[in-house]
Amino acid sequence: MIAYILRRVFQSALVLLIVGLVAFSMFRFVGDPVENMLGQERTQEDVDRLRDQLGLNDPFPVQYWTFLSRAAQGEFGISYRQGRDVADIIAERLPATLELAAVSGMLALVFGIGLGVFTAIRKDGWVSSTIMSVSLIGVSLPTFLIGILLIWIFSVELDMLPSFGRGDTVDLGGWTTGFLTESGLKALILPAITLGLYQMTLIMRLVRAEMLEVLRQDYIRFARARGLREKSVNFRHALKNTLVPVITVTGLQLGSIIAFAIITETVFQWPGVGLLFINAIQFVDIPVMAAYLMLISVMFVGINLIVDLLYFAIDPRLRVDGGAGGH
Amino acid sequence: MADMPAPASTRARMSRFNRAWQSDFAYKFRRSPVAVVSFIVMAVLVLGAVFAPVVAPHNPFDPGSLNLMNGFTAPGTPNAFTGESFWLGTDDQGRDVFSTILYGMRISLFVGFAAVMFAMVLGVTLGLLAGYLGGWTETIIMRAADVQLTFPAILVAMLIFGIAKGITPVEYRDQMAIWVLILAIGLSDWVQFARVVRGATLVEKNKEYVQAARLIGRTKAAIMLRHILPNVLSPVLVIATISLALAIIAEATLSFLGVGAPPTQPSLGTLIRIGQGFLFSGEWWILFFPAVTLLALALSVNMLGDWLRDALNPRLK
Repeated sequence: MIAYILRRVFQSALVLLIVGLVAFSMFRFVGDPVENMLGQERTQEDVDRLRDQLGLNDPFPVQYWTFLSRAAQGEFGISYRQGRDVADIIAERLPATLELAAVSGMLALVFGIGLGVFTAIRKDGWVSSTIMSVSLIGVSLPTFLIGILLIWIFSVELDMLPSFGRGDTVDLGGWTTGFLTESGLKALILPAITLGLYQMTLIMRLVRAEMLEVLRQDYIRFARARGLREKSVNFRHALKNTLVPVITVTGLQLGSIIAFAIITETVFQWPGVGLLFINAIQFVDIPVMAAYLMLISVMFVGINLIVDLLYFAIDPRLRVDGGAGGH
Repeated sequence: MADMPAPASTRARMSRFNRAWQSDFAYKFRRSPVAVVSFIVMAVLVLGAVFAPVVAPHNPFDPGSLNLMNGFTAPGTPNAFTGESFWLGTDDQGRDVFSTILYGMRISLFVGFAAVMFAMVLGVTLGLLAGYLGGWTETIIMRAADVQLTFPAILVAMLIFGIAKGITPVEYRDQMAIWVLILAIGLSDWVQFARVVRGATLVEKNKEYVQAARLIGRTKAAIMLRHILPNVLSPVLVIATISLALAIIAEATLSFLGVGAPPTQPSLGTLIRIGQGFLFSGEWWILFFPAVTLLALALSVNMLGDWLRDALNPRLK
């Protein structure tokens, strides 16, 4: 088990090193930093001096190492477009994205598990089959079309909810939150649904499939024979045993929620890091792109690692044979 | 009854079409209403896109044929100033929405097909190499695949688009955008192909026909291309169809976000991006019709892919 954990940690570190290399290469090969910093009237002497000052004459591994150690301290340089420290810009935008992702994740989890259990228990009812068919459409619709559809219905036709921005925010010592004002909460509804819908359908279909599998098992029949109440059988016996794959998938989906937030944030002009990234691509703002890439990789790799380690915590069977193969 | 095999004497005279029509595959196809409907929808859309210059009533990219007075004409109703009528209405510049959709679909389909072809050639090649050669070749290729799979494909595509855009000189960016898009979507999608082909190659390479080919001294390249490749192609076909739907959606998403096809060569995604701006002022048709077309295209290809997967290989289900 220790060996397995060590191997996973090593793999994660390797992935981060490779991503770091990609981010570093972007600085190196996309555009010339000296070109960006010096004006039209420059002499070869200026160029040489600046190259030396910036460490651009150092060998590649040295430069890469400098880049990595600065990145680890959160230093990514100055945004080409906004002329401000990239770390500051990201710190300013991050709360918006994290709040949106957290609410979407909660929505997806609560409704996904709820509807999944419901459709599994009443699998022949018309309500269940309606939910299943609607979910199929939900999976096929591209995220941005769902967002536009919601804007059309709730902002244009019904005029109930705002279609862009974050509403009023409250500053809690560097963390701006939209949870504390009415307009902030209202502005959160449509983006959260847009972002969470796909994950919700995914979790729902997974829970349903797992529940149907578990409900067929003998111990469920036995629990029923013992005269346990239906509620207790479904939730305490059946649902509990479906949770391992659900946690895995949910954990991995957390990463894609943050990535897909790029699309949702653009549709709703939500001022988070996703919108920042899209604007950075449009204007080829390399420092911002590189910083976003590093940030999101740390999140992804971290989430994957935690999900893997959670296996051991949840499923005692894996601990017995050292994780070499639990099944 | 009509599907019964013909007697041997007439069979010999049967045309190629008839033989194809009576095959097991065609039989399954005809028996599945979903497949038939999806195929018809897709065929109509693809034909419309391919023959856009013939089918489209206007050429939206010929400034000479545009009349600004025709701007914002609602679908089916004649324009108040010019009296001209447009089936699906016009946009702000007086361009016929129906025609822009046909031309936009050309870009969407072209990017989709080209990206999948690129991903397929790259993935199949790397998969064959990894599976047949093994050793460090396999380790490097499959590790790279694992690293890439850590990230959602759309994010990888955005990043590649951003980097490629940075490398291209400013004056060529709009011209190159379509090719950069193909490169980005293709590179984000090769892993699927490589994994499946590597798996199938590992199975095939120990079979007798491969040993026989090796014994008679065929080169490694020949064995991979002429012997193994034909035997691993059927799952590749299925993945390619499903990838096509994903690539079309990915292209539309990127273009919608403004990091894809430029307004000078609008794809369906670009049209939706443009249309979104008119949602609040009541010109719903500029957004609605491109969106519905995109949906019909993606859904029909997707369902056809699902059906193909079940029809070609029941074990994969």
